[in-house]
Amino acid sequence: MSLFSFFKRKTSSQIAKDRLKILLISDRVNCSPEMMELIKNDIAQVISKYMKIDAASMEVQIAKTGNSVRNGKKMPVLYANIPILDLRS
Amino acid sequence: MSEVIVVTSGKGGVGKTTTSANVGTGLAEMGKSVVLIDADIGLRNLDVVMGLENRIVYNLVDVIEGNCRLKQALIKDKRHAGLFLMPAAQTRDKNCITPGQMVKLTDSLREQFDYIILDCPAGIEQGFQNAIAGADHALVVTTPEVSAIRDADRIIGLLEANEIKKVDLVLNRLRQDLIRRGEMMTVDDVLDILGIPLLGVVPDDENVVIATNQGEPLVGKNSDAGQAFYNICKRLEGKEVPFRDFGKSVTIWTRFSGLFKKNLQEERA
Repeated sequence: MSLFSFFKRKTSSQIAKDRLKILLISDRVNCSPEMMELIKNDIAQVISKYMKIDAASMEVQIAKTGNSVRNGKKMPVLYANIPILDLRS
Repeated sequence: MSEVIVVTSGKGGVGKTTTSANVGTGLAEMGKSVVLIDADIGLRNLDVVMGLENRIVYNLVDVIEGNCRLKQALIKDKRHAGLFLMPAAQTRDKNCITPGQMVKLTDSLREQFDYIILDCPAGIEQGFQNAIAGADHALVVTTPEVSAIRDADRIIGLLEANEIKKVDLVLNRLRQDLIRRGEMMTVDDVLDILGIPLLGVVPDDENVVIATNQGEPLVGKNSDAGQAFYNICKRLEGKEVPFRDFGKSVTIWTRFSGLFKKNLQEERA
């Protein structure tokens, strides 16, 4: 494992790039990490009305990978990954 | 056709003034008529980088307030006939002029000069708004660091919001040794993040410090940074100049996988 992690060790430039990618997306849409947490909790609450979800392991993030294009630029999308435990009948 | 170029960055200390001085001097060396305007009112520095600090009588604010004629505030460069500097006021602040006044000033300089280059102050407040008001083209200067790139991204957003259509990137202070070791972002990494066209890459060069000490721009001189700035000028003039290759990260992992790929290719052949 230690040998594997030695080879796979992230360089500091990779860390910088990864940090910037996340930072700039929240800068661009003017959305702080605290606000993301609030959005996440609200979504979890609403979905919980209809189905059983695993709120602890759900992910909400803003990504640049959207398909919608405006002014020749990719629009950021709000992406939520919500594991469903069991559909309520 | 004259062009008003603003050199901006958001973050301070990334090389706006050095870029302004060198790009202006380089264009003058190519025979263009150029005026450099120091828009950093209260913290002027372009005059010292150009080595013209002893010749200042009138400044930008004097012209705007009508204390002198436009021509009286233009300082002729020591070395280049077509190069002039309009210094900023040192004892005033950024709020004493308005974007409208700056547009009027840059427009009145268009008749006389091929290039009007504005050295923008750091920050995104009034001084920035004044500097970009009359600009056709913006050069965003940044270094390959998280803080500088974050600020550059913010500036690019503001330039777009202010409808400045032509926005190009000048990536300053690259270090090939750090890039190879994977300890500095590559040119492609930064382009990928910021998503604007590249105008120039300037290596980290001690000659910049020496040139600033002497008050002489180093553009075109026999130094890495001097050549890089000269290439920026050529590109501004519409010439195609290839970008210097600063390489990419060569870690043990990439070396190893590269070796593996090579073997695979050999096996296939």
